Formats: sequence, C-alpha cells, structure tokens
Amino acid sequence: MSGGPSSVTPRNRLAIAGARATTAAMLRDQPRGDVIRNAAFAGLLFLAVVIALAGLLALLIQAFVEGAPALSPDLITNPPSTIFPEKAGFRPAIIGSLQLIAGVIVFVVPVGIGAAIYLEEYADKSRWWNRLIEVNIQNLAAVPSIIYGILGLAFIVRGPLDLGFILVAGSLTLALLVLPMVIIVAREAIKAVPDSIRQGSLALGATQWQTIRSQVLPASIPGIATGVILAVSRALGETAPLLLVGATVFVTFDPTPFSPDGYSAMPVQIFNYALRPQEEFQALAFAGIIVLLAVLLVMNSFAIWLRNRYEQRW
Amino acid sequence: MLLQDSKPRYGEKAIQGLLAACGILSVLTTTAIVFSLLGPMIGFFEIVPAKEFFFGIDWTPQFEPPSFGVLAIVAGTLNVTLWAMLFAIPIGLGTAVYLSEYASPRVRRTVKPVLEVLAGIPTVAIGIFALTFILPEIIQPLWPGELLGGAVGKPFMALAASLGLGLMVVPIIASISDDAMSAVPHGLREGAYALGATRAKVAVRVIFPAALSGIVASVVLAISRALGETMIVLIAGGSTPNFTLNPVESIQTMTAYIATTATGDISTGSLDYKSVFAVGAVLFGITLAMNSISIRLTRRYREVYE
Repeated sequence: MSGGPSSVTPRNRLAIAGARATTAAMLRDQPRGDVIRNAAFAGLLFLAVVIALAGLLALLIQAFVEGAPALSPDLITNPPSTIFPEKAGFRPAIIGSLQLIAGVIVFVVPVGIGAAIYLEEYADKSRWWNRLIEVNIQNLAAVPSIIYGILGLAFIVRGPLDLGFILVAGSLTLALLVLPMVIIVAREAIKAVPDSIRQGSLALGATQWQTIRSQVLPASIPGIATGVILAVSRALGETAPLLLVGATVFVTFDPTPFSPDGYSAMPVQIFNYALRPQEEFQALAFAGIIVLLAVLLVMNSFAIWLRNRYEQRW
Repeated sequence: MLLQDSKPRYGEKAIQGLLAACGILSVLTTTAIVFSLLGPMIGFFEIVPAKEFFFGIDWTPQFEPPSFGVLAIVAGTLNVTLWAMLFAIPIGLGTAVYLSEYASPRVRRTVKPVLEVLAGIPTVAIGIFALTFILPEIIQPLWPGELLGGAVGKPFMALAASLGLGLMVVPIIASISDDAMSAVPHGLREGAYALGATRAKVAVRVIFPAALSGIVASVVLAISRALGETMIVLIAGGSTPNFTLNPVESIQTMTAYIATTATGDISTGSLDYKSVFAVGAVLFGITLAMNSISIRLTRRYREVYE
C-alpha cells in the first residue's frame, strides 16, 4: 500500500484540513499574551546581564580615567611619600607583594598537592577521619578572610609561633587562606585522570607512589597549575588579613622577609592612598588599582587559557 | 612461585604518612582558628557579661564606660548583606537563566569568562569604586529625595557598600546557578517545548524548579561571602555602629570593626583586643552555619544529576 498523496481520499482530506485548522487556531490563540510575556522576560534577563557587565565596565573605566594622570614609571620605581604625591610610588609594596606571593607558593604547592593526593589516592572514604578532613576543607574554603587575619595575629604573629610582624607571617597567613582552594582544585584535576591509567601502571608492577609520581601527577599538572595560579591571584588581591598581621606600616624602604621593620603589599598601599583626602593620592590609588588589575588579568587569563589548552579528554 | 609478597616498602609508607600529614594540616588550621578565638573570648566574657554582649544594641568600646552590645554591628552586617542580596539575587539569577536558556553558545563562551574576571577583582578596588563612583554618581542622584532620611551629603552609606558587595557576589550566583541549570537533563526541556510551552515558561516552571537546590546553594554561598567581606564595607560603609537596617545610614559591620581595631599596634591583653576575638567568634559561627547549609544543598543536588 503506498501512502503517497495520490491515495488520499476526500474523506482523509477533510480530516487533514480539520486537524490543520484546529492546530493553527490553537497556535494562533495561545501565544498572544505569551509572546509578549516571553519577550518581556527575555528583555529582563538581558537587562540583568547588561547591569552585571556594566558594573564591571564602569569599575574599569573609572580606574583608568582617575588613575591615568598618575601612571608613570615612578609608580613602580619610587617609594611612597606623604609630602610629594607627584613622586610617590609603590616600590616597597610591589616588592613586598612579590615576596609574599613567593612565600605563598613555596608553602601552598607542596602542601596543597600533597593533601589532594592523599584524599584522592590514599584516603579510605569509609573512615570518619578522612570524611572529617574533606568536610573540614570545604568549610575552611568559606571562612572569611578576616578570620584568617585573626588566626595569623593570634597564632603566627603572637602566641605559639611568635614570629612578630614580619613578612613571612603575612605569607603564612595568606597561604593558609588559599590552601583549601588549591586542595579543592587539585583534587578535581587528580579525579579527572581515569582509573585505567592507574590500573595499567599497577599491573606493570609499579608501586602506588610510582604510579602517582609518573602517571597521575603528570596528567593532572595543567589542572593543578590552574588552581595554583587562581589561588595566587586571590592572595595577591587580598587586603583584610594583612591589615591584622602587620602590613599597615607606611613603608618607604624595600622590605625583606624576616625584617622586624615592617612590610607593605600592593592592596594595602592602595587602601592607604585611597584613605587620604588629597586628589593626588586618590589618583595614585587608582593607578595602583590599574597595575594590580593588569597583573591579575594576565594571571587569570593565563589560568583560563591553560585550563582550555591542556584539558585532556581520555 | 611467580607471585610473592613484595618487600615491605617503608618508603611508600613514609610517603603516605607525609601526604596524610598535609591533609591533617587543614584540620589543624581549623583547630587553631577555634582555639585562637576561644582563649581571648573567654577572657572577654570574664569582664563583659555575655548577656550584655549578645543582647545589647550599643557598641561603643571607646566610651567610658564602654558598651559591648554586639547586635549593633551584627545589624550592620545584616544591613549591608540584605540590600546586597536584594540587588545581587535578581541580577545573578537573571544572568544565569539568560546564559543557560537564552544565550547562544558563542555569547555564553564570552560572557562567562568576563564574569569570572569580575569575580577576581580585588575587593579593595570594589570598595574604592563603591565609595567614589556608586555613592556619588548612582545612589545620590537616583535616591528619591528625603526617603528614609535622604542620601545627599553623606560621605559613607550602607547602600554603597551593599551595591559593591552585590557586584562582588553576582558572578558567584550567576556562575553556580548557570551550572545547575545547564545540568538539568535536556529531555525535560524538550518535553516542555513539545507541550507548547514558551521559553519563559520552560525556564521558570521547568528548569528553575529542577535546579532549585543548586540555585539556593549559590545564594547561600553568596550570602556567606557578603557576611564575611571586609574591605568593601570598611571603605564605603562607614565606621559608626548603628542598630538599623536603613540603607542610607552610615554603619559598621563585624568585619570592619575587627579590621579597624586589630591593627598592628593593639596591645595583647587589652579589652579591645579580646573583643576582636569575641566578634570574630560570632562571625565564624554564622559563616560556618551558612556554609554547612550550602554544602548539604550542593550534595543533594549532585545526587540527583550524576
């Protein structure tokens, strides 16, 4: 039996026409109000996106407009000054931030990756202490940064470690702050390595650590690096905990890691300039924001690029 | 015998122990936080009665005699968080629905990283932006006259800090909610479309409820971030403890009190020093509770879709 149009009887045709008219009538009637409501809804959503992006754009434009007059090489090479704002810069703050970040990396990379490997490769999830570590890390990731400042003040600067207000104390405080973030990202990267790789390696006689060192870790390095860069960029922009562990001093000399004379950091110096009422210092604060944002933007873009470039599909 | 027990590999055991120590360090950090808060806090309550601290509404540590009613600065925190959320929840969720249900893949690929950049802006920059742009250029011109006391002529304001905080948490809400909505199986969408539903109806009545636990988790996380943020409220919110939810008043939050009081030169045994830890403990308790809710919700939402 062929079902072509030639076999359509008049009775079929009548039925088809009826069905078509009914459908068309329903489609025409139903949307009326809906079309308008749908368009209004889409418009509102679009407005939300525009407001979010406009906020970001306004922040960037304002920083550039207000900071542009103060942008000069002096910004990087000169120390801050309360008397000559036109010559003041961020030199000690930049050097301080670089040293702080170096300290964060030295501490956070081995400990963060170590904890991630332990949780993914060794930990028996049925044991309560391993679950405790897991929940604990999730909770630490959401503890406000100022609480880490209190911890740094009571535990690292004073109290048990008693390091005093030195740069290394600031470094350790920031490192504890970003550690949960590194662990969480590193775990995701390690989790993404398929089990068949591990089983293949173990079947060839490698020990568990050999498997991790020569198979799992190399495969997860891009993911881990992304996490470390994001953590470092967070530490670089963090101000509040540093206020509590000593980075408030108006430092005019190049800081060193263990010097008790105090230290400064980029965001703290920006905050310091912004508090001053004179216009020149305001411009300096905005110029500092431009420098900081530029560095952070490069780092974050690199992290995103790294994630996309080396994302492995097994 | 081809297969026999391998040598007892002590090196392997040592490495495992070392890695476990890295994990345990995180537990030690929490323990250290709790202990460093508890010690001075107990010392604080030996001098200031707990009743005055938890139920008082006057926070005037610099007066003689001082008054430590924590509710004044808790109200400051709630004030900025409340108005921040009223701004950030609609904007964040609107962005998320747009990205997940309306935007073309190309738009989504561009907008999402840009929002991630917004999430990476240091809060000190957002605070300065709130004080020098949002307050004079947006709030003061747009605020309707004398409503709630008027906005003109005030150098600091809770609402300026709120909008700064809102800007900070919009990417959190948008990004996590978008992930939750994108994870809703396609069959649900197609089924609704086949029944003749419009995009708006699919988004609001099908996708939104299906992704609700993820969306709520994103909002809870955003609230806990806003509660704990320091620099934005320190720069734009002012430094006057004020038991009010009025957005055009100058206020002080718990975090701002800690940051202004616990600077380098504070002496260890003083009442001010101890009060910082008591306030810190309250803040820590609140964010911990919020975070536990968020973790539970996220877990539930994962169970459904993986």
